[in-house]
Amino acid sequence: MKYVDEFRDAAKCRPLIEKIQQTVTTPRTIMEVCGGQTHGLLAHGIDEALRDCVRLLHGPGCPVCVTPAQIIDHAIQIAAQPDVIITSFGDMLRVPGNGESLLECRAAGGDVRMVYSPLDAVRLAQQEPDRQVVFLAVGFETTLPATALAVRQASQLMLTNFSLLVSHVRVQPAMELIMQEPGCLVEGFLAAGHVCAVSGYQSYRPFVERYRVPVVVTGFEPADLLTGILECVELIERQTPDVVNRYERSVRESGNSAAMALVREVYEECDQEWRGIGTIAQGGYQLREAYRDLNASLRFPIQDLSQQFFDVAASPCRAGDVLTGRIRPSECEHFGTTCTPHNPLGAPMVSTEGACAAYYRYAPPVSKTESPLP
Amino acid sequence: MCLAVPGKVVEWLDPDPLFATAVVEFGGIRRTVSLACVPESRIGDYVLVHAGVAICQVDEEEAARVLATLEDLEDHLGDGDEVRR
Ligand code: SF4
Repeated sequence: MKYVDEFRDAAKCRPLIEKIQQTVTTPRTIMEVCGGQTHGLLAHGIDEALRDCVRLLHGPGCPVCVTPAQIIDHAIQIAAQPDVIITSFGDMLRVPGNGESLLECRAAGGDVRMVYSPLDAVRLAQQEPDRQVVFLAVGFETTLPATALAVRQASQLMLTNFSLLVSHVRVQPAMELIMQEPGCLVEGFLAAGHVCAVSGYQSYRPFVERYRVPVVVTGFEPADLLTGILECVELIERQTPDVVNRYERSVRESGNSAAMALVREVYEECDQEWRGIGTIAQGGYQLREAYRDLNASLRFPIQDLSQQFFDVAASPCRAGDVLTGRIRPSECEHFGTTCTPHNPLGAPMVSTEGACAAYYRYAPPVSKTESPLP
Repeated sequence: MCLAVPGKVVEWLDPDPLFATAVVEFGGIRRTVSLACVPESRIGDYVLVHAGVAICQVDEEEAARVLATLEDLEDHLGDGDEVRR
Protein backbone atom coordinates (compact mmCIF):
# COMPACT_ATOMS: atom_id res chain seq x y z
CA MET A 1 0.00 0.00 0.00
CA LYS A 2 1.35 3.41 -0.94
CA TYR A 3 2.74 5.43 2.02
CA VAL A 4 2.89 2.25 4.07
CA ASP A 5 5.17 -0.20 2.26
CA GLU A 6 7.93 2.33 1.52
CA PHE A 7 8.16 3.20 5.20
CA ARG A 8 8.27 -0.47 6.20
CA ASP A 9 11.23 -1.30 4.00
CA ALA A 10 13.98 -2.93 6.06
CA ALA A 11 16.68 -1.48 3.77
CA LYS A 12 15.62 2.01 4.88
CA CYS A 13 15.57 1.03 8.54
CA ARG A 14 19.05 -0.42 8.86
CA PRO A 15 20.95 2.85 8.32
CA LEU A 16 18.64 4.60 10.76
CA ILE A 17 19.40 2.02 13.43
CA GLU A 18 23.10 2.42 12.76
CA LYS A 19 22.85 6.20 12.99
CA ILE A 20 20.99 6.03 16.28
CA GLN A 21 23.69 3.73 17.66
CA GLN A 22 26.37 6.19 16.55
CA THR A 23 24.56 9.19 18.00
CA VAL A 24 24.01 8.10 21.58
CA THR A 25 26.88 8.54 24.02
CA THR A 26 25.03 6.70 26.78
CA PRO A 27 21.72 4.77 26.77
CA ARG A 28 18.81 7.21 26.47
CA THR A 29 15.27 6.83 27.77
CA ILE A 30 12.46 7.80 25.44
CA MET A 31 8.73 7.42 25.90
CA GLU A 32 6.36 6.78 23.02
CA VAL A 33 2.95 7.98 24.06
CA CYS A 34 0.71 6.16 21.62
CA GLY A 35 -0.32 2.52 22.00
CA GLY A 36 -0.23 2.10 18.22
CA GLN A 37 3.43 3.07 18.28
CA THR A 38 4.12 0.66 21.16
CA HIS A 39 2.77 -2.12 18.98
CA GLY A 40 4.76 -0.96 15.95
CA LEU A 41 8.00 -0.84 17.97
CA LEU A 42 7.51 -4.35 19.32
CA ALA A 43 6.03 -5.94 16.20
CA HIS A 44 9.01 -4.85 14.09
CA GLY A 45 11.57 -5.64 16.78
CA ILE A 46 12.77 -2.04 17.04
CA ASP A 47 12.98 -2.18 20.83
CA GLU A 48 15.26 -5.21 20.52
CA ALA A 49 17.38 -3.70 17.77
CA LEU A 50 18.03 -0.62 19.90
CA ARG A 51 18.32 -2.51 23.14
CA ASP A 52 21.82 -1.28 24.00
CA CYS A 53 21.32 2.38 23.20
CA VAL A 54 17.69 3.41 23.66
CA ARG A 55 15.36 2.34 26.42
CA LEU A 56 11.78 2.72 25.22
CA LEU A 57 9.20 3.40 27.89
CA HIS A 58 5.61 2.87 26.90
CA GLY A 59 3.17 5.64 27.70
CA PRO A 60 -0.52 5.87 28.54
CA GLY A 61 -1.72 6.12 24.94
CA CYS A 62 -4.19 3.27 24.79
CA PRO A 63 -7.60 4.93 25.10
CA VAL A 64 -9.32 1.62 25.68
CA CYS A 65 -7.01 0.89 28.63
CA VAL A 66 -7.68 4.21 30.34
CA THR A 67 -11.47 4.29 29.87
CA PRO A 68 -12.91 4.14 33.40
CA ALA A 69 -14.57 0.88 34.42
CA GLN A 70 -17.62 2.86 35.52
CA ILE A 71 -18.27 4.02 31.96
CA ILE A 72 -18.31 0.42 30.78
CA ASP A 73 -20.62 -0.47 33.68
CA HIS A 74 -22.85 2.42 32.68
CA ALA A 75 -22.96 1.25 29.06
CA ILE A 76 -23.90 -2.25 30.24
CA GLN A 77 -26.66 -0.79 32.39
CA ILE A 78 -28.00 1.12 29.39
CA ALA A 79 -27.84 -2.03 27.25
CA ALA A 80 -30.07 -3.77 29.79
CA GLN A 81 -32.92 -1.36 29.03
CA PRO A 82 -35.48 -2.34 26.39
CA ASP A 83 -35.08 -1.12 22.80
CA VAL A 84 -31.55 0.11 23.17
CA ILE A 85 -28.59 -0.68 20.93
CA ILE A 86 -25.09 0.00 22.31
CA THR A 87 -22.38 0.56 19.73
CA SER A 88 -18.65 1.12 19.98
CA PHE A 89 -15.28 0.19 18.48
CA GLY A 90 -14.46 -3.52 18.64
CA ASP A 91 -11.66 -3.19 21.16
CA MET A 92 -13.86 -1.32 23.58
CA LEU A 93 -16.36 -4.17 23.71
CA ARG A 94 -13.83 -6.66 25.07
CA VAL A 95 -12.62 -4.73 28.12
CA PRO A 96 -14.39 -5.58 31.36
CA GLY A 97 -15.81 -2.89 33.61
CA ASN A 98 -15.99 -3.65 37.31
CA GLY A 99 -17.86 -6.80 36.39
CA GLU A 100 -18.44 -7.96 32.84
CA SER A 101 -17.52 -6.58 29.42
CA LEU A 102 -19.93 -5.39 26.74
CA LEU A 103 -19.26 -8.59 24.77
CA GLU A 104 -20.30 -10.65 27.76
CA CYS A 105 -23.34 -8.42 28.07
CA ARG A 106 -24.15 -9.25 24.43
CA ALA A 107 -23.78 -12.97 25.10
CA ALA A 108 -26.31 -12.50 27.89
CA GLY A 109 -28.79 -10.98 25.44
CA GLY A 110 -27.89 -7.27 25.29
CA ASP A 111 -27.94 -5.64 21.85
CA VAL A 112 -24.31 -4.62 21.61
CA ARG A 113 -22.80 -3.97 18.18
CA MET A 114 -19.33 -3.27 16.94
CA VAL A 115 -19.04 -0.41 14.47
CA TYR A 116 -16.09 0.71 12.41
CA SER A 117 -17.10 4.38 12.55
CA PRO A 118 -19.37 6.48 14.77
CA LEU A 119 -21.01 7.57 11.52
CA ASP A 120 -22.20 3.97 11.10
CA ALA A 121 -23.94 4.33 14.46
CA VAL A 122 -25.74 7.42 13.14
CA ARG A 123 -26.90 5.45 10.10
CA LEU A 124 -28.07 2.65 12.37
CA ALA A 125 -30.18 5.17 14.31
CA GLN A 126 -31.73 6.30 11.01
CA GLN A 127 -32.55 2.69 10.12
CA GLU A 128 -33.96 1.83 13.55
CA PRO A 129 -36.19 4.80 14.44
CA ASP A 130 -38.00 2.88 17.17
CA ARG A 131 -34.87 2.08 19.10
CA GLN A 132 -32.31 4.17 20.95
CA VAL A 133 -28.78 3.93 19.55
CA VAL A 134 -25.97 4.84 21.94
CA PHE A 135 -22.36 5.18 20.80
CA LEU A 136 -19.68 4.72 23.47
CA ALA A 137 -17.22 7.41 22.36
CA VAL A 138 -13.64 6.80 23.46
CA GLY A 139 -10.31 7.86 22.03
CA PHE A 140 -7.73 10.60 21.84
CA GLU A 141 -7.72 13.65 19.59
CA THR A 142 -7.38 11.35 16.57
CA THR A 143 -10.90 10.05 17.12
CA LEU A 144 -12.54 13.31 18.18
CA PRO A 145 -13.34 14.58 14.65
CA ALA A 146 -15.22 11.35 13.86
CA THR A 147 -17.38 11.43 16.98
CA ALA A 148 -17.91 15.21 16.72
CA LEU A 149 -19.07 14.68 13.16
CA ALA A 150 -21.50 12.01 14.32
CA VAL A 151 -22.95 14.50 16.81
CA ARG A 152 -23.28 17.22 14.16
CA GLN A 153 -24.86 14.83 11.66
CA ALA A 154 -27.35 13.44 14.19
CA SER A 155 -28.29 16.92 15.25
CA GLN A 156 -28.71 18.09 11.64
CA LEU A 157 -30.87 15.02 10.92
CA MET A 158 -32.85 15.81 14.11
CA LEU A 159 -32.44 12.24 15.29
CA THR A 160 -34.04 11.83 18.70
CA ASN A 161 -32.86 8.23 19.07
CA PHE A 162 -29.10 8.79 18.93
CA SER A 163 -26.80 9.71 21.79
CA LEU A 164 -23.18 9.51 22.86
CA LEU A 165 -21.66 8.16 26.06
CA VAL A 166 -18.47 10.22 26.03
CA SER A 167 -15.15 9.24 27.58
CA HIS A 168 -12.64 11.05 25.38
CA VAL A 169 -9.14 11.74 26.66
CA ARG A 170 -6.42 14.32 25.93
CA VAL A 171 -2.81 13.29 25.47
CA GLN A 172 -0.86 16.28 26.72
CA PRO A 173 -2.13 16.46 30.33
CA ALA A 174 -1.08 12.82 30.73
CA MET A 175 2.42 13.68 29.50
CA GLU A 176 2.56 16.50 32.07
CA LEU A 177 1.57 14.06 34.79
CA ILE A 178 4.41 11.72 33.78
CA MET A 179 6.95 14.56 33.83
CA GLN A 180 5.80 15.60 37.30
CA GLU A 181 6.40 12.12 38.75
CA PRO A 182 9.31 12.11 41.18
CA GLY A 183 12.22 10.21 39.64
CA CYS A 184 10.80 10.45 36.12
CA LEU A 185 13.28 8.84 33.73
CA VAL A 186 11.92 10.21 30.47
CA GLU A 187 14.50 12.21 28.50
CA GLY A 188 12.38 12.73 25.40
CA PHE A 189 8.96 11.98 23.93
CA LEU A 190 7.73 10.62 20.64
CA ALA A 191 4.45 12.50 20.19
CA ALA A 192 1.57 10.54 18.68
CA GLY A 193 1.52 11.36 14.98
CA HIS A 194 -2.18 10.93 14.34
CA VAL A 195 -3.15 13.00 17.36
CA CYS A 196 -0.94 15.76 15.95
CA ALA A 197 -2.45 15.35 12.47
CA VAL A 198 -5.66 16.61 14.06
CA SER A 199 -4.52 19.05 16.74
CA GLY A 200 -1.05 20.10 15.50
CA TYR A 201 1.98 20.47 17.73
CA GLN A 202 2.13 24.14 18.73
CA SER A 203 0.81 23.29 22.18
CA TYR A 204 3.97 21.29 22.90
CA ARG A 205 6.15 24.41 22.86
CA PRO A 206 5.24 25.56 26.40
CA PHE A 207 5.55 21.92 27.50
CA VAL A 208 9.11 21.71 26.15
CA GLU A 209 10.00 25.08 27.69
CA ARG A 210 8.72 23.93 31.03
CA TYR A 211 10.13 20.41 31.27
CA ARG A 212 13.21 20.80 29.05
CA VAL A 213 12.63 17.53 27.16
CA PRO A 214 12.35 17.23 23.38
CA VAL A 215 9.07 16.22 21.76
CA VAL A 216 9.28 14.66 18.29
CA VAL A 217 6.10 14.20 16.28
CA THR A 218 6.43 10.63 14.97
CA GLY A 219 4.60 8.34 12.56
CA PHE A 220 3.82 4.65 12.82
CA GLU A 221 5.77 2.67 10.24
CA PRO A 222 9.23 1.33 11.16
CA ALA A 223 11.14 4.00 9.19
CA ASP A 224 8.90 6.69 10.74
CA LEU A 225 9.49 5.37 14.26
CA LEU A 226 13.24 5.16 13.74
CA THR A 227 13.38 8.64 12.20
CA GLY A 228 11.52 9.99 15.24
CA ILE A 229 13.84 8.18 17.65
CA LEU A 230 16.94 9.42 15.79
CA GLU A 231 15.73 13.03 15.93
CA CYS A 232 14.90 12.62 19.62
CA VAL A 233 18.31 11.22 20.61
CA GLU A 234 20.04 13.94 18.58
CA LEU A 235 18.11 16.60 20.48
CA ILE A 236 18.90 14.90 23.80
CA GLU A 237 22.60 14.60 22.98
CA ARG A 238 22.82 18.23 21.89
CA GLN A 239 20.85 19.29 24.97
CA THR A 240 18.57 21.38 22.78
CA PRO A 241 15.04 20.45 23.76
CA ASP A 242 12.67 21.42 20.99
CA VAL A 243 9.49 20.38 19.22
CA VAL A 244 10.29 18.79 15.87
CA ASN A 245 7.91 17.30 13.31
CA ARG A 246 9.21 14.06 11.76
CA TYR A 247 5.88 12.96 10.36
CA GLU A 248 5.91 15.66 7.75
CA ARG A 249 3.68 13.95 5.22
CA SER A 250 0.68 13.93 7.58
CA VAL A 251 1.20 16.61 10.20
CA ARG A 252 1.09 20.41 9.86
CA GLU A 253 2.08 22.69 12.70
CA SER A 254 -1.47 23.85 13.43
CA GLY A 255 -3.04 20.46 12.66
CA ASN A 256 -6.24 20.24 10.65
CA SER A 257 -8.21 23.43 11.19
CA ALA A 258 -11.47 22.07 9.73
CA ALA A 259 -11.29 19.07 12.07
CA MET A 260 -10.43 21.20 15.09
CA ALA A 261 -13.28 23.63 14.37
CA LEU A 262 -15.66 20.68 14.39
CA VAL A 263 -14.19 19.36 17.64
CA ARG A 264 -14.40 22.75 19.38
CA GLU A 265 -17.98 23.22 18.23
CA VAL A 266 -19.04 19.97 19.92
CA TYR A 267 -16.66 19.42 22.84
CA GLU A 268 -15.05 21.28 25.72
CA GLU A 269 -12.18 20.23 27.96
CA CYS A 270 -12.96 18.72 31.35
CA ASP A 271 -11.29 16.91 34.23
CA GLN A 272 -11.31 13.24 33.44
CA GLU A 273 -10.87 9.97 35.28
CA TRP A 274 -8.22 7.72 33.70
CA ARG A 275 -8.46 4.05 34.57
CA GLY A 276 -5.42 2.93 36.57
CA ILE A 277 -4.12 6.50 36.87
CA GLY A 278 -6.79 8.63 38.56
CA THR A 279 -8.32 11.99 37.75
CA ILE A 280 -6.28 14.15 35.37
CA ALA A 281 -7.02 17.88 35.36
CA GLN A 282 -8.28 18.89 31.91
CA GLY A 283 -7.51 15.34 30.86
CA GLY A 284 -10.62 14.81 28.77
CA TYR A 285 -13.46 16.19 26.73
CA GLN A 286 -17.18 16.43 27.37
CA LEU A 287 -20.10 17.44 25.17
CA ARG A 288 -20.93 21.12 25.25
CA GLU A 289 -24.17 22.25 26.82
CA ALA A 290 -25.62 22.92 23.35
CA TYR A 291 -25.50 19.17 22.68
CA ARG A 292 -26.92 17.98 26.00
CA ASP A 293 -29.79 16.31 24.15
CA LEU A 294 -27.28 13.92 22.63
CA ASN A 295 -25.62 13.13 25.95
CA ALA A 296 -26.36 9.51 26.85
CA SER A 297 -25.27 9.97 30.46
CA LEU A 298 -28.16 12.47 30.89
CA ARG A 299 -30.64 10.47 28.80
CA PHE A 300 -29.90 7.28 30.73
CA PRO A 301 -28.86 8.41 34.21
CA ILE A 302 -26.66 5.94 36.04
CA GLN A 303 -28.34 3.68 38.60
CA ASP A 304 -26.62 2.75 41.80
CA LEU A 305 -23.58 0.69 40.87
CA SER A 306 -22.19 0.42 44.37
CA GLN A 307 -22.67 -3.32 44.90
CA GLN A 308 -20.83 -4.02 41.70
CA PHE A 309 -17.69 -2.12 42.64
CA PHE A 310 -14.53 -4.07 43.04
CA ASP A 311 -12.07 -2.99 45.64
CA VAL A 312 -9.60 -1.27 43.31
CA ALA A 313 -6.79 -1.40 45.89
CA ALA A 314 -7.24 -5.17 46.08
CA SER A 315 -6.84 -5.61 42.33
CA PRO A 316 -3.45 -7.19 41.59
CA CYS A 317 -3.15 -5.43 38.22
CA ARG A 318 -0.34 -2.90 37.92
CA ALA A 319 -1.87 -1.03 34.99
CA GLY A 320 -1.13 2.35 36.59
CA ASP A 321 2.60 1.56 36.78
CA VAL A 322 2.61 0.24 33.22
CA LEU A 323 0.67 3.18 31.78
CA THR A 324 2.98 5.76 33.30
CA GLY A 325 6.16 3.91 32.29
CA ARG A 326 7.18 3.12 35.89
CA ILE A 327 7.50 -0.55 34.99
CA ARG A 328 7.55 -2.52 31.78
CA PRO A 329 4.74 -5.04 31.37
CA SER A 330 7.22 -7.91 31.74
CA GLU A 331 8.11 -6.63 35.22
CA CYS A 332 4.58 -7.14 36.47
CA GLU A 333 4.62 -10.32 38.56
CA HIS A 334 1.40 -11.51 36.89
CA PHE A 335 2.59 -11.02 33.35
CA GLY A 336 2.36 -14.17 31.26
CA THR A 337 1.53 -16.32 34.27
CA THR A 338 -1.72 -15.38 35.97
CA CYS A 339 -2.36 -12.63 33.42
CA THR A 340 -2.59 -13.52 29.72
CA PRO A 341 -4.82 -12.33 26.86
CA HIS A 342 -7.04 -15.35 27.48
CA ASN A 343 -7.27 -14.66 31.16
CA PRO A 344 -6.49 -10.96 31.61
CA LEU A 345 -6.29 -9.24 34.97
CA GLY A 346 -6.30 -5.73 33.55
CA ALA A 347 -7.23 -3.62 30.53
CA PRO A 348 -3.65 -3.34 29.12
CA MET A 349 -3.71 -7.11 28.54
CA VAL A 350 -7.17 -7.05 26.91
CA SER A 351 -6.92 -4.18 24.50
CA THR A 352 -5.03 -5.02 21.32
CA GLU A 353 -3.19 -1.72 21.80
CA GLY A 354 -2.37 -2.30 25.43
CA ALA A 355 1.32 -2.49 26.29
CA CYS A 356 0.89 -5.79 28.17
CA ALA A 357 -0.83 -7.39 25.17
CA ALA A 358 1.96 -6.11 22.91
CA TYR A 359 4.64 -7.62 25.14
CA TYR A 360 2.78 -10.89 25.36
CA ARG A 361 2.40 -11.07 21.62
CA TYR A 362 5.79 -9.89 20.43
CA ALA A 363 8.42 -9.86 23.13
CA PRO A 364 10.75 -12.86 23.02
CA PRO A 365 10.69 -15.00 26.17
CA VAL A 366 14.04 -13.60 27.30
CA SER A 367 12.56 -10.10 27.68
CA LYS A 368 9.98 -11.46 30.03
CA THR A 369 12.65 -11.96 32.66
CA GLU A 370 14.83 -8.97 31.84
CA SER A 371 16.28 -6.93 34.63
CA PRO A 372 14.13 -4.08 35.94
CA LEU A 373 14.80 -0.48 35.01
CA PRO A 374 17.34 1.24 37.26
CA MET B 1 -7.16 2.99 18.43
CA CYS B 2 -5.25 5.79 16.77
CA LEU B 3 -4.60 3.69 13.69
CA ALA B 4 -5.13 5.67 10.50
CA VAL B 5 -4.64 4.31 7.01
CA PRO B 6 -3.65 6.22 3.87
CA GLY B 7 -5.98 5.86 0.91
CA LYS B 8 -6.57 7.46 -2.47
CA VAL B 9 -9.69 9.48 -3.23
CA VAL B 10 -11.21 7.91 -6.35
CA GLU B 11 -14.71 9.37 -6.53
CA TRP B 12 -16.60 12.14 -4.78
CA LEU B 13 -20.12 11.08 -3.78
CA ASP B 14 -21.59 13.98 -1.80
CA PRO B 15 -20.25 17.54 -1.62
CA ASP B 16 -22.44 18.60 1.34
CA PRO B 17 -20.08 20.07 4.00
CA LEU B 18 -21.43 17.97 6.87
CA PHE B 19 -22.12 14.79 4.90
CA ALA B 20 -19.18 15.03 2.50
CA THR B 21 -18.31 11.54 1.31
CA ALA B 22 -16.06 9.95 -1.27
CA VAL B 23 -14.93 6.53 -2.32
CA VAL B 24 -11.40 5.98 -1.05
CA GLU B 25 -9.19 3.11 -2.15
CA PHE B 26 -6.82 1.31 0.21
CA GLY B 27 -4.52 -1.04 -1.69
CA GLY B 28 -7.37 -2.26 -3.89
CA ILE B 29 -10.14 -2.16 -1.29
CA ARG B 30 -12.73 0.59 -1.69
CA ARG B 31 -14.66 2.20 1.13
CA THR B 32 -16.96 5.15 1.56
CA VAL B 33 -15.24 7.72 3.74
CA SER B 34 -16.26 11.09 5.17
CA LEU B 35 -14.22 13.96 3.75
CA ALA B 36 -15.88 16.56 5.99
CA CYS B 37 -12.50 17.40 7.55
CA VAL B 38 -10.60 17.56 4.24
CA PRO B 39 -13.15 19.21 1.92
CA GLU B 40 -10.39 20.51 -0.37
CA SER B 41 -9.41 16.97 -1.44
CA ARG B 42 -9.50 16.11 -5.12
CA ILE B 43 -9.61 12.84 -6.97
CA GLY B 44 -6.15 11.27 -6.85
CA ASP B 45 -5.22 12.88 -3.52
CA TYR B 46 -4.19 10.69 -0.61
CA VAL B 47 -5.93 11.09 2.73
CA LEU B 48 -5.36 9.48 6.11
CA VAL B 49 -8.51 7.73 7.32
CA HIS B 50 -9.42 6.92 10.92
CA ALA B 51 -12.79 5.54 12.06
CA GLY B 52 -14.41 6.26 8.70
CA VAL B 53 -13.29 9.89 8.62
CA ALA B 54 -10.35 11.38 6.70
CA ILE B 55 -8.39 13.31 9.35
CA CYS B 56 -5.79 14.93 7.06
CA GLN B 57 -4.32 14.93 3.60
CA VAL B 58 -1.07 13.15 2.89
CA ASP B 59 1.42 15.66 1.51
CA GLU B 60 2.96 13.83 -1.44
CA GLU B 61 5.88 16.24 -1.82
CA GLU B 62 6.86 15.85 1.82
CA ALA B 63 6.59 12.07 1.53
CA ALA B 64 8.83 12.07 -1.56
CA ARG B 65 11.36 14.36 0.14
CA VAL B 66 11.59 12.16 3.24
CA LEU B 67 11.88 9.00 1.15
CA ALA B 68 14.72 10.58 -0.84
CA THR B 69 16.54 11.41 2.41
CA LEU B 70 16.10 7.84 3.60
CA GLU B 71 17.43 6.52 0.31
CA ASP B 72 20.46 8.78 0.61
CA LEU B 73 21.16 7.35 4.02
CA GLU B 74 20.78 3.86 2.59
CA ASP B 75 23.31 4.62 -0.18
CA HIS B 76 25.68 6.05 2.37
CA LEU B 77 25.51 2.93 4.42
CA GLY B 78 26.10 0.94 1.22
CA ASP B 79 29.31 2.94 0.66
CA GLY B 80 30.36 2.38 4.25
CA ASP B 81 29.96 -1.37 3.80
CA GLU B 82 32.08 -1.28 0.66
CA VAL B 83 34.86 0.48 2.50
CA ARG B 84 34.79 -1.92 5.42
CA ARG B 85 34.83 -4.91 3.11
S1 SF4 C 1 0.44 -7.90 33.04
FE1 SF4 C 1 -1.77 -8.02 33.57
S2 SF4 C 1 -1.84 -7.65 35.77
FE2 SF4 C 1 0.17 -6.95 35.08
S3 SF4 C 1 -0.16 -4.75 34.61
FE3 SF4 C 1 -0.48 -5.87 32.68
S4 SF4 C 1 -2.70 -6.19 32.62
FE4 SF4 C 1 -2.22 -5.66 34.76
